[in-house]
Order: sequence, then structure tokens, then C-alpha cells
Amino acid sequence: MTNSVVKEPSMLLQKDMISGHYSKLARAEETGNTVAYTFVPGNLTELMLAFDMLPVHPEINALQNGMRKLSGEYIAEAERAGHSEDVCTYVKCDIGMSLKGNVGPTGEKMPPPNLLLLSYTGCFTFMKWFELLRERYDCATTMLHVPYQAEGHITKDARDYVVKQLREVTIPALEKASGKRYDEDRLKEFLARSAKAEDDLVWVLESAKHTPSPIDAYFGGVYYIGPLFTAFRGTEAAVEYYRALRKEVQSRIENGEGPLTPEGQMRDQRFRLVVEGPPNWTHFREFWKMFYDEGAVVVASSYTKVGGLYDRGFRHDPDRPLESLAEYCLGCYTNLNLPSRVDLLVDYVNDYHADGFLVNSVKSCDSFSSGQLVMLREIEKRTGLPGAFIETDLVDPRYFSAANVKNRLESYFQMLSQKRATANAS
Amino acid sequence: MESRLTPPTAIGALIARCEELIADLDLGNVRAWRAAHPGRVVIGYLPIYAPRELVHAAGGLPVGIVGAGEELEIVRGDACFQSYICHLPRSVIELGLSGKLDSLDGMIFPSTCDVIRNLSGIWSLSFPKKWVRYLDLPQNFDASMGGVFYRGILEGMLRELCELSGVDPKHADLRGAIRAFNANRRALRELYALRAAEPWRAPTSEVYVLVRAGLLLPVEEHTTMVERYLGLAKAREARPLDNARVALRGAFCEQPPIELVKTLERAGCYVVDDDFLPMLRWPERDVDESGDPLDALVAAWLDTPLEAPSRYTRCNAEKGQVLIDTVRSTRAEGVIFAAPSFCDPALLDRPMLLGALDRAKIVHTSFKYAENTGQMQPIREQAGTFADSIKLWGEA
Ligand code: SF4
Ligand code: SF4
Repeated sequence: MTNSVVKEPSMLLQKDMISGHYSKLARAEETGNTVAYTFVPGNLTELMLAFDMLPVHPEINALQNGMRKLSGEYIAEAERAGHSEDVCTYVKCDIGMSLKGNVGPTGEKMPPPNLLLLSYTGCFTFMKWFELLRERYDCATTMLHVPYQAEGHITKDARDYVVKQLREVTIPALEKASGKRYDEDRLKEFLARSAKAEDDLVWVLESAKHTPSPIDAYFGGVYYIGPLFTAFRGTEAAVEYYRALRKEVQSRIENGEGPLTPEGQMRDQRFRLVVEGPPNWTHFREFWKMFYDEGAVVVASSYTKVGGLYDRGFRHDPDRPLESLAEYCLGCYTNLNLPSRVDLLVDYVNDYHADGFLVNSVKSCDSFSSGQLVMLREIEKRTGLPGAFIETDLVDPRYFSAANVKNRLESYFQMLSQKRATANAS
Repeated sequence: MESRLTPPTAIGALIARCEELIADLDLGNVRAWRAAHPGRVVIGYLPIYAPRELVHAAGGLPVGIVGAGEELEIVRGDACFQSYICHLPRSVIELGLSGKLDSLDGMIFPSTCDVIRNLSGIWSLSFPKKWVRYLDLPQNFDASMGGVFYRGILEGMLRELCELSGVDPKHADLRGAIRAFNANRRALRELYALRAAEPWRAPTSEVYVLVRAGLLLPVEEHTTMVERYLGLAKAREARPLDNARVALRGAFCEQPPIELVKTLERAGCYVVDDDFLPMLRWPERDVDESGDPLDALVAAWLDTPLEAPSRYTRCNAEKGQVLIDTVRSTRAEGVIFAAPSFCDPALLDRPMLLGALDRAKIVHTSFKYAENTGQMQPIREQAGTFADSIKLWGEA
């Protein structure tokens, strides 16, 4: 592994955006900004921004801490405080960070929340996580119950239920916590900017249909979704970021180039893959390199849909502000039922001309992981392609066995090569 | 004939019948009910709560499915779930794929956790011809929001159940169903009250299997059975032992092996309260029998102080309050927190509940189990030490 990490210019742009946001958070108390902790899936960023509240996403802190090798110690701290070894490590990483003084991943102190905005979308653990944080911070909490898409589509009853909660519970809670009145026109301005950036994100994600693919839609994809899935959706900065990113990808398409990886440009693309499940963060670069070394590029992934399925047509809509926020919450990937998840992945395999697909099953996450073995078999059956299954974790370094993962991947790629050789010979 | 048996013998026979029902993973009694009631539906439901009244009103039999205990060898279930997922879904899928649940026409998967949620999808993929419903219990408890949403779900489910069983919805006797389940829940409350007052007359090793038989029997038959036990237990000769009185929490979904309950008793504990099988006991009050029956079922979920990890608690002060009140009202001297391994709801809830107990100066001990845990010695030692310390020092 080389030490110098190659980065796309848009990544540097994003890095500045993120560090700027963490600095704003660190200064929140002196600048008088109010702060809402909230989750990525189904986040209500535009609504929070309409109240000038700064969002904090505990999962993002956890994954950033994972990438910076801080998560192991935080998890140990939470386990020492009585948290079970069995439960989601994002929660423990966050609680551990809080127990150790709530210093964020950039080394700056995180402000305590003025409000815990529990948008309960797609994950049961979110509810427990914020009950735990509420005990720590003893602050206002508001719950937005987002029903599951059990029937494979968004029902009118579910949308009406979410809209009514937004109007009668969430907005009053935001008004109270921020001390500001709800201004729907302002919300609409944010939503209009969101839709612009969303168009560009979709363009970028779909660029992977080209051969060679100009992007990696998993390892690179997690960077591409960053601004839209977190604190920046609805901002001019996000619009500019996605415009710049699109240009960058456009130029790679024109030059027939592959994505930039930490090891350098990916030229030889031997395998096109679809990936289900979140990445491992503690060994992110090492994990990516295993793919790079084999010439495997990820052309579509489900993880890049946890904060919204924009590629299936959803856009925030300033003409239907609360309805579109409700549909957004209802539509995130982990809120889809298992058959819909299978349909989506099968479509990805076909639409992106994938050679195979891989499930990275993380120990932490029942929402993602429970049922993935069944999904694997169903996708194999419906695409006729063999799939691979590996097990890691999100931020607990104890559950990343590099040798096992590498072996598994190598044998999978060997099998794909053999299949290809046999197909070419016949 | 049974009535001529003395209480201990009659109780023994009654408990043996419950054990037999529970051990029969092929659901022989359910198959028999089906054969005797052609055209009527049998609907399974998972933990932790489903309004069984709807199935009953549509002329059907609701059957609780909580896993398979220790007896079933798990092969296909393990091929569906990674090692870090609790045991319940693998045994439920094993039961399904091996044909043991063929007598069920459909299944209800309540919004208990992400594992049961995703199991609903696995079920749809595995049994495409069966009726499968996910029951999204509202976490907003306002009648105009969560209540309206929930009522819509119940209306839809009742309509579909009536269609399945060929019953005209106008003739679905929902109020009659509410009455039948109220009677059953009243009997169970009386049973729990007797056990709390005189656990030597109604030990948990009996109470547990007696209650659990309610997953499988028609509700009226189960009520009669519980009432009969109550009469026998009150009349039995039994003396109190110098045991520690404990409340048990964490076992609301995947059930421990029955042997574990017996082990706690052998270790010197009277379990005077528990959270086993909430689906049979919730709401712990009568559902209104006079007004609109669907509204009554909605209110039963929204307005009852039900405490379980799957239900949102609206403020810090609420957390653990029902448990603390129960500990006091049942005069429990400590709490055993027994949770299934890899159960996120129970294990994420645990630090908060234990904190609430600490603040209330109530002693506790914790361990994990799986429905197929075979090794009881460590649990016996831990529970024994806990019971001894309560008895010796008045605290653990
Ligand atoms: S269980 Fe999964 S979705 Fe939920 S908080 Fe943990 S990692 Fe996130
Ligand atoms: S035991 Fe816990 S994790 Fe498993 S299905 Fe039940 S509630 Fe869910």
C-alpha cells in the first residue's frame, strides 16, 4: 500500500465542507446556534436548516471515528459502562465518545443537543439509541414514527400519518428548540436546492453504466453521497459540490478513465460488481484495495441509497414540502421490505451489466443484515450469477479479519474468471 | 373423571397437557381444530403483540409462534441467518420450511424489531401463496395521529381476514371476540396475582406453561383451563419456602427453555412477576366492550402503560417505571434480567432499566440465554448466589 493517498478534487472540496461544519458545531454555543442530533436515513435537513439548527448525525461521527481508528476505544468504553457486546457498534461508539468527553472526530468538542430529532426510519435501534442519549443529555426529544414499506410501496395512510406528525409534532418541537417560527417559504427554497443537487447525484451514480465505469459506486460512492445525505442537503454548497463532481466524472468519461482510488486511478476493470450492505470503516482503505488489486469496480450499491432512492425518481419537491419530506423518510433503502430490496438489487445487476454481486454483512446491523443470506440466494436465482458473502462490522475493529475477507474475495474473483473463461470457450 | 383427582394430581395432569401442547411442534391441536372447522382460517402471529381479536372475529384461530425451543434441529434456519442474529427467526423459519406450520393460512409479523420485520419479507419470499402482514404498531400515541393510522391498519387486516375466511365483515363479531379475550386476560391477571401473593401455590414453572398453552388453544378453552388451574392451585396444600422473590425481565420475545424457569426455582427464586409472552396478556386491562370495537382496540394499544423495549418511552421518567411499580406491588426483592443473546431491543434497553432499578435501590442480576440453551449450571449458580445474597443480606 502506498502512503500517499490520491484524492479527487471533489473529495477535497467535501473535506473542507465537513471540517467547516464540525468547526461550526464546536462554536455553536458561542455563536448561539442551536443543535439537533438526528439520523441519516429519513433526515429532515432542510427543515432543520429552515430553523437555522445545525444537524449532528451520530452515525457519521461513529464512522468518522472508525476511519480515524478511534472507534475501538470508544466501543470498549461503552462496554465497560455496561453495554452489551452483542449490540450495534455505532451506538456504542457514540456513547463511548460521549463518555470520553464528546470530542468529535476532528478533535473539536461536540455541542450537546438542544433537541434529539428521532426520525424513526428503517432501523429499530435508532429508537433505543436516542432513548439512551436522552438519558445522557436530559434534553428535549421528538419522535417521528415513519412506518415501514411493508407492502412494497408508500401508502397514502402512511404518508398522511407522517405529514400530520411533521405538522403537529416535529415542527412545534423545532420551533421550541430553536426559538424561531416555521417559515414554509424558506423551507421551499432549501427543497428546491436539494432537488438540483439530487439531479446531479443521480447523474453521477448512473455514470457507472459506462464501461469502463468512471466511478466506484461503493467505496467512492460513500463520498459522493456525503453532502446530500447529511448536513448539506438544501445548501448552495451542496449544489456546487455536485456540479463540480459531475464535471469531474464527465471528464473521466470523455477520457475513458476509471475512478480515482487511494491507490491511484483504476484502469484495468476486470469485474463489475453490485454490492449490498454498508462498508467496513475501520479498514476502509485496506478493504477498497482488495477490490482494486483484483480490478473489481463497484457499479451500484444499496448502501448509497440509505439516505434516499433518488435514482428511482424521488426528488424533494418545493411544491409539496411536507408531503415530499414524508415520502423521503418513507423511501429510504432500509425502510424497503426485503422483496423490494431484492428487486432493486436484481435491477442493478441487470441495468449496470454487473458480472457478480457481493453482500458485505455487518454484525452490527440487524436492519441491513437480517435476511441477507436469503436475499443472496434469491438474487442468484433471478440473475443466474453467483454471489459472494463476507462478514465484517462497521466500526468494531475486532470484527474485521483481513485474511478471511481477502481469501473469500480472491476465491470469488477466481470463480468469476473461470466462469468467464468457460463462457468464452463455448 | 379428572374432577375426582386430588388437586396435586389434577394439576399435574393439567400441566402435563400444557407441556404436551407446547412440545408438539407439528401443532397437532391446531391441525385438529382446522379439520373440525373447515373453511375457517388459522393465523400465526409473532411476538410481541398482535390484536388476536381480529382473527377470532373473522371466525379464525390465532396461533402464537415463538420459536421452537431446544428440541428442533436447526439446519435450514442456520442457512438463512448469520451467527450474530438471535435464535428465534432461525427456528421459526425452520418450522416453516420443514412444513410444521402448514396448518397456518397466514402470519402476522408485528413491528417488534428489525429481525422480525425482515422475517416478514423472508416469509413472503418463502411462502408466496400465504397471507403475510406486517403490523406496524404506532409509536406515536396520539389518537389523531398514531390512532388514525393504526385504525386504518386494523380495518384493512379485518377486511382481509374476513375475505380469507369467507366471512361477511358485517357479521364479524369483533365485540364478542373482545369479550372472549378480556375474559382470558382477566383469568391471566388473576393467575399472576395469585402467583405474586402465594408463589408456592402457583409456581412459575407451572404458570409459565399454563400461560404458554394460550398460544395454541382457542381462547375460550384456554380461559377454562386457567380458571380450573386457579381453583386447584388455591385448594392445594403447599407451604412457603424461604425463597427470594424476584421479577424477571428481558424475555418478552424469544423464550427461554422451560428448564431455565425450573432452574431459577431450584436456585431458590420465586419468580413473582415476568415479561414472558406479552402477546397473551396485553393490554393488562379490559378492552372496552361497549363502544366501537376497533376504536377500543386502538385505545388498548395507545393508552395502556405497556412497557417493553419495542415501545417508545416518551420521557426519561417513564423508563423502567412500570417495572419499578411492579416490583413494589408484587413485593419482589430483586430483578433478574434475562435476555436472548443478540437481542438488540432487550440488550439496548438493559442499561436504562438497570439504571432505573439502581436509582430505586432495587438489586438485580443479568444473564443471556438462547431458546436452545442447554447448559444450566452457570445460570443456576448465578441465580443461586443472587437469591442467597437477597436472603442473607437483604440485598445482592
Ligand atoms: S442497526 Fe444498522 S441502521 Fe441501525 S443504527 Fe445500527 S448500523 Fe445504523
Ligand atoms: S429475540 Fe429480540 S432480536 Fe430476536 S426477534 Fe425477538 S425482539 Fe427481535
